[in-house]
Amino acid sequence: MSGLVTVSYIGATILFILALGGLSHPETARRGNLYGITGMSIALLATVLGVVTAHLPLLLGGLVIGGAIGLILARRVQMTQMPELVAILHSLVGLAAVLVGFANFMDPAVVFTGVELTIHDIETYLGILIGAVTFSGSVIAFGKLSGKISGKPLTLPGRHWFNLGLLVITIYVAWQFVNESAAGEGLTPLLIMTGVALLFGVHMVMAIGGADMPVVVSMLNSYSGWAASATGFMLSNDLLIVTGALVGSSGAILSYIMCRAMNRKFIAVIAGGFGTAGSSAAVEGAEQGEVIAVDAAETANLLSGSKKIMIVPGYGMAVAQAQHIVCEITRVLRDKGIDVRFGIHPVAGRMPGHMNVLLAEARVPYDIVFEMDEINDDFPNIDVSIIIGANDIVNPSAQEEPDSPIAGMPVLEVWKGKTTIVLKRSMATGYAGVQNPLFFKENTRMLFGDARESLDAVLKEL
Amino acid sequence: MRIGIPRETRDGEKRVAATPEVAAEMQKLGFSVAVESGAGAGASFDDSAFREAGAEVVPDRQSLWSDSDIIVKVRAPEGDETELLRSGQVLVSFLWPAQNPDLLEQLAAKGVTTLAMDSIPRISRAQKMDALSSMANIAGYRAVIEAAQHFGRFFTGQITAAGKIPPAKVLVIGAGVAGLSAIGAARGMGAIVRAFDTRPEVKEQVESMDGEFLLLEFEEEGSGEGGYAKVMSEEFIKAEMALFAQQAEDVDIIITTALIPGKPAPELITSQMVESMRAGSVIVDLAAEQGGNCELTEPDKVVEKEGVTIIGYTDLPSRLAAQSSQLYGTNLRHLLTDMCPEKDGRLVVDMEDEVIRGATVVKDNEITWPPPAPKLSAAPAKAPPAPALKAPAPAVETKPSVLGPLLAFGVGALALLGLGSVAPPSFMAHFTVFVLACFVGYMVIWNVTPALHTPLMSVTNAISSIIIIGALMQISSPESTIMWIAGITVLITSINIAGGFAVTRRMLEMFRK
Repeated sequence: MSGLVTVSYIGATILFILALGGLSHPETARRGNLYGITGMSIALLATVLGVVTAHLPLLLGGLVIGGAIGLILARRVQMTQMPELVAILHSLVGLAAVLVGFANFMDPAVVFTGVELTIHDIETYLGILIGAVTFSGSVIAFGKLSGKISGKPLTLPGRHWFNLGLLVITIYVAWQFVNESAAGEGLTPLLIMTGVALLFGVHMVMAIGGADMPVVVSMLNSYSGWAASATGFMLSNDLLIVTGALVGSSGAILSYIMCRAMNRKFIAVIAGGFGTAGSSAAVEGAEQGEVIAVDAAETANLLSGSKKIMIVPGYGMAVAQAQHIVCEITRVLRDKGIDVRFGIHPVAGRMPGHMNVLLAEARVPYDIVFEMDEINDDFPNIDVSIIIGANDIVNPSAQEEPDSPIAGMPVLEVWKGKTTIVLKRSMATGYAGVQNPLFFKENTRMLFGDARESLDAVLKEL
Repeated sequence: MRIGIPRETRDGEKRVAATPEVAAEMQKLGFSVAVESGAGAGASFDDSAFREAGAEVVPDRQSLWSDSDIIVKVRAPEGDETELLRSGQVLVSFLWPAQNPDLLEQLAAKGVTTLAMDSIPRISRAQKMDALSSMANIAGYRAVIEAAQHFGRFFTGQITAAGKIPPAKVLVIGAGVAGLSAIGAARGMGAIVRAFDTRPEVKEQVESMDGEFLLLEFEEEGSGEGGYAKVMSEEFIKAEMALFAQQAEDVDIIITTALIPGKPAPELITSQMVESMRAGSVIVDLAAEQGGNCELTEPDKVVEKEGVTIIGYTDLPSRLAAQSSQLYGTNLRHLLTDMCPEKDGRLVVDMEDEVIRGATVVKDNEITWPPPAPKLSAAPAKAPPAPALKAPAPAVETKPSVLGPLLAFGVGALALLGLGSVAPPSFMAHFTVFVLACFVGYMVIWNVTPALHTPLMSVTNAISSIIIIGALMQISSPESTIMWIAGITVLITSINIAGGFAVTRRMLEMFRK
């Protein structure tokens, strides 16, 4: 029987890898998702049939109720709320890791001795630690993303020392736990550690600002994988180890991509509080100039008079829920034979790929949506670029001002196009607090107002 | 206040200071507008068009001049026009204060506040009023048209049944506004265009117009103040002349636009060069009014020397009168808009405003020319080369880690390796699987298209709920605490599995071509 279970696990592992591999293209991605579902079903079925001997009603009840809740959540969620949903789902994985760890520790059936016991203890300890950090961190991230908690970074004085202190406590308690565990005790240090880990998770995410959320969400994604992997070690289960490692490296790569897109060090993001390095750069506001405002009618004129249009959406489009009108405008312009494309910066929005999902929801064909690297060289040929609720990702000072806090961050070079129209509520600075010289460029026009209302007016004029 | 638009009196001057469209715009600023009868005739705007635009058409020249508070013209006042002006009036026109000191004296004596369109400083904000650029643009275009008219062949190359036609070769000297416009026009007609300028920073502009920039093997910065050229050293000029001599033998058409502010035009094309050109070639000298860039140019005339047609027209903008009137009028309107901030029809000469200060050459009874020199150059001439972009040092700089999680993983791996020396084989087997899985993940994830990063996160989320296996292994435990904990774990991971896969599916459904 156990041989069959193992074979099923191998099958599930392969299907999971295929599921991730399928995401290389939207066409194959749907099939990939089916592979994932199949893999999960095989693994569940094999475990239930091969391992479970009692308490079947409880098991089935949990599966059915949980599954129903999950399906309802998935159906109800708005696409703009995706980051929140992903964050809260991460927290569940973290919580599960904590619970499995505790249950395993308390299980009298699990008996080890000598070095094996020490290793097993450390595995348990790590599993619970990562799980707890994932759990509390994701809950806070959920709060921040849904606006229940302020998006501003909470920078306690001496917060790095605080984190260091927590780390020292964790290591000390680990040593204590291993000692006590040998004597058959150890629940107290485990609980202390859980508390400390929860506190660390809260503090870590509280210190991170709203625009760094893509990094946080992908980092928590990674942690939930590592938590599963650690649990796999604890249970000597290769399926968990492999799956956890897949998810963990996926999240890690996403975090890396996000950090690179902001030209920031991962450690600096996690240490929190944007601007601690270059607060002097706020003086940049001195570089003022005249902005040229336009109205909807003139914008519509500009748009219909051009051949190539690039739309650059940012988080502001998600906030204003303007993606459907953007799509409508795109459709009208494309019907007139105008080449309309979208340029997406990797960190636009609040999670990796956020803008793509919003545009897909509004039924913008994905083959006109391009990544920054694909279209950045094309801007000199663009007649009109429309910036919707984005700021730092189109800021020329990232390239022109070596002292700017966002210097070196890759940005969409919209200013190289013939005309740029910026939709903005006011002249406030972006998240990084840096003035944007783009607004003062000669070929930039400002369309002030709520993005959705402005675009509505533009659409009417078209 | 009342704006008067008189008819231009200079022979052959066809432009008018404002088109009917501009006249209507002026009224929106609160001014009333009067036009001398026939003022727009040369530029194909008849009196009725002005009337329709709401302007009053005045047949009597005397009364137009005397009843208007503001006189807008193209050319500086000549002959009796100065007499017609009266104290307290405002005059806006081209004036060339450097060349016309006597006129300035007369205007100051009369107390006529005068704004010279040619003295508007060349700063970004004033570009919309830069009539010199507007006129230069037209002159450059027209120069190519004139050249084409006197050139006996096609500009564009063709292969026809009757044989091959080579494209014409055009050399443009001086890549200012006029030069660039000429490059654009000649390229548009299909010619091969080369351009030369002493200011190296215009190379990009020339290339953006699809022209070929001729480089001189010589290091000297030719940018003067305000984006204009300056006088170059002797060695430079020698090298430059050698280049022109060599080019003259090759090209069919030379368009010269070289001017240095306040100096006679530099002589660039000598009679020997003209001689060396092929018969039927054309030279258009846009600097004819300032003495000409070509030795043989005769101002205002078309002459043929050694088989080469040399065009020395000084009124090229006027030869495209409708277009130049429209641009000039628009420049003028922008200036008036800036001087009438309240839009109440009252003109304010604000000497604090850099643009207005620069343009005002006579204020009441005082000559206010020259203004304090403008310090801004239109081109970023001497900006130091941008230093290599440096990443700002983050507050907490540890080792240059590319990837925090991987670093953490590395540290963890090291710690585990330490354990590995004492660990049993079963653990090492799991560890091998773990490391391999990390690398498989690494390879697979880099292939994921960035557009699908959000579905990637939700599907990995669902997959990471494989942790449910742990709960399933524990749920059969006879201990009720463990059973219940496992039950809760099953519940929450099921939320995750179902939710994660379902929402991924929902998102992927939306990705359509």
